[in-house]
Amino acid sequence: MGAGHRGTAGLHTHGRSVVHRLAPEAKVVATLAFVAVVVATPWRLRGLHLLQAALVLAAAGAAGLRPGFLLRALRFELPFVAFAVLLPLVGEPPRTEVLGVPLSEAGLVAAGTILAKSVLGFLASLVLVATTPVAALLAGLERLRAPRVIVAIAAFMVRYLEVLLDEADRARVARLSRGGDPRWLWQARAVAAGAGTLFVRSYERGERVHLAMLARGYDGSMPALHAGSTAGVGPWVAALAVPALAALALAVAW
Amino acid sequence: MVSALVIERLRFAYPDGQVALDGVDLRVAPGERVAVLGPNGSGKTTLVLHLNGILRPAAGTVRVGDLEVRPDTYREVRRRVGIVFQDPDDQLFMPTVGDDVAFGPANLGWRGADLDARVAAALATVGLADAADRAPHHLSFGQRRRAAIATVLSMEPELLVLDEPTSNLDPQARRELADLLRRLELTTLVVTHDLLYALDLCERSVILDQGRIVADGPTRTLLSDTALLAAHRLELPRGITIASEQRR
Repeated sequence: MGAGHRGTAGLHTHGRSVVHRLAPEAKVVATLAFVAVVVATPWRLRGLHLLQAALVLAAAGAAGLRPGFLLRALRFELPFVAFAVLLPLVGEPPRTEVLGVPLSEAGLVAAGTILAKSVLGFLASLVLVATTPVAALLAGLERLRAPRVIVAIAAFMVRYLEVLLDEADRARVARLSRGGDPRWLWQARAVAAGAGTLFVRSYERGERVHLAMLARGYDGSMPALHAGSTAGVGPWVAALAVPALAALALAVAW
Repeated sequence: MVSALVIERLRFAYPDGQVALDGVDLRVAPGERVAVLGPNGSGKTTLVLHLNGILRPAAGTVRVGDLEVRPDTYREVRRRVGIVFQDPDDQLFMPTVGDDVAFGPANLGWRGADLDARVAAALATVGLADAADRAPHHLSFGQRRRAAIATVLSMEPELLVLDEPTSNLDPQARRELADLLRRLELTTLVVTHDLLYALDLCERSVILDQGRIVADGPTRTLLSDTALLAAHRLELPRGITIASEQRR
C-alpha cells in the first residue's frame, strides 16, 4: 500500500543509544530549555554559540547520528538561510563594503544571529526527533500535561497524514492514467479540483472517525493513556545536563 | 432466556425525508451468528448505527440483552455492543495500535495494570500480540482489520457487529478473519453483501431491503432461492448454485 515513511517519520532513526532510551518527556524539556538558552544568548556573547554547537553535536554523537545524516537533514533549514541572506542587502544603513557589495551592518548582525540560532535550534530538535518515535513523543507531551486537545490534534495529524498522502497519491495516479499531467500555471484547475476532492474526503473521514469514537464510549474528552512520568531521576539529570551546561556558561559570561 | 438483541418496529428517516428503516423486526439469541444481507442502500449501515444509539430511531425500540437503547443507557450499551466499521482507517485513529485498543476501556474508566492486561489480551486474541507499539499504517490491511476487532474486544462486548468485514481483504485474510470470528464464540451480526462469506460463517441470515427485513431463515435455504435473491438485487457469483440441503 502506502509509500511508507514520510514527513517527520523519515527523520527517526532506530537505535539503542543512551539518548534513544531516555524518557521522551525529559528529552522534550531538555530540548526546549536548550533552545531557550540559545535564543537568550546575545550577539556580544556569540562565541558561546561554539560551545552550544559542541554540546548539541556531542548529544548527536552519543545518539549515534552520523554527520552525513545531520547535513542532509539541514536542508529543511534552507528557507531560513534564504531569508537570512536577504537581510544584509535590504537592511538599514550604516553600510560596509564586503567584496565590493555595500551591506547593512545591522542586517549582517541580524543574519548572523538568525543563522546561528536557527541552526542550533534545528540541530537540537533533530536530536530529539531522530531518537524518539512520534508516538513516544506524543505520550511524553501528555505526561508533561500539555493540553490534551492539542496533543490529540497532533496525534490525529500524525495518524492521518499517511492516509491522506496515500489518497492524494491514488488521485494523482488516476489523473495521470487519464492523460492529465498539469505542470503549468494555466493547468492549475486540475490540481485545485484534486485538492478540493481531498478536502471533502478528509471531512467525510473525520465524520466517520467521530462515529467510531462515539461507538467506543468517547464523551468529548480524550482519555489520558500515558499519565504519570515513568522516568526516574537519572534520565532527567542526564537529559537536562546539556541545557544546564549551556545555561551555566551563559550565566558566567554575562 | 433473554435474547441478545431485540429490534422491534424500528423506523428511521434521514433529515431529507428519505426513509432508511421502515419497521425492522429482528431477534437474535445469545451465541448466534447472523448475517444481515442486503444490496447497497438497503439500510444496513443505518441499522448498525441504531444498535448503540449513534442514530436515534423515529419509532420502535432496540434492546441489547435486558437493556433498552436510550440516552441514559448509551454508556453501558456502547460497552456491550462492539461495532467494527468498514474501513479500519476510520476505526484506528490513535498513533499506535496499543493506544487504540486502550481507547474504549479507558473511556469506561479503566486505568493502569488492568487496562494494560485488557489491551494485551485483546491483541493476543486477534494474533497481534507484538503489534501494540506499531503505527496502524505500518500494518497490512488484514492486520488492520484484526486490530480494529481488538479495539472492541478490549471492551468485552456481548454483541459483535461487523460492517462489511470482507471488503478489501485478500483470500487468506478472509479465511483468517472467519477463523477468528468462529473462535470468539460471541453473538455476532455480520452485515455484508458477500453471500458466500455469510454461508461460510453464519447458520442464519436475514435479508434487508428498502428498510425492511424481507426474509429470515437458514443461510443455505435463503441462498438456494434464486428468485428471492434476484428480487432483492443479490446474486451469487456466476456459475455457483447452492443446494438447499447439504449433500453428504
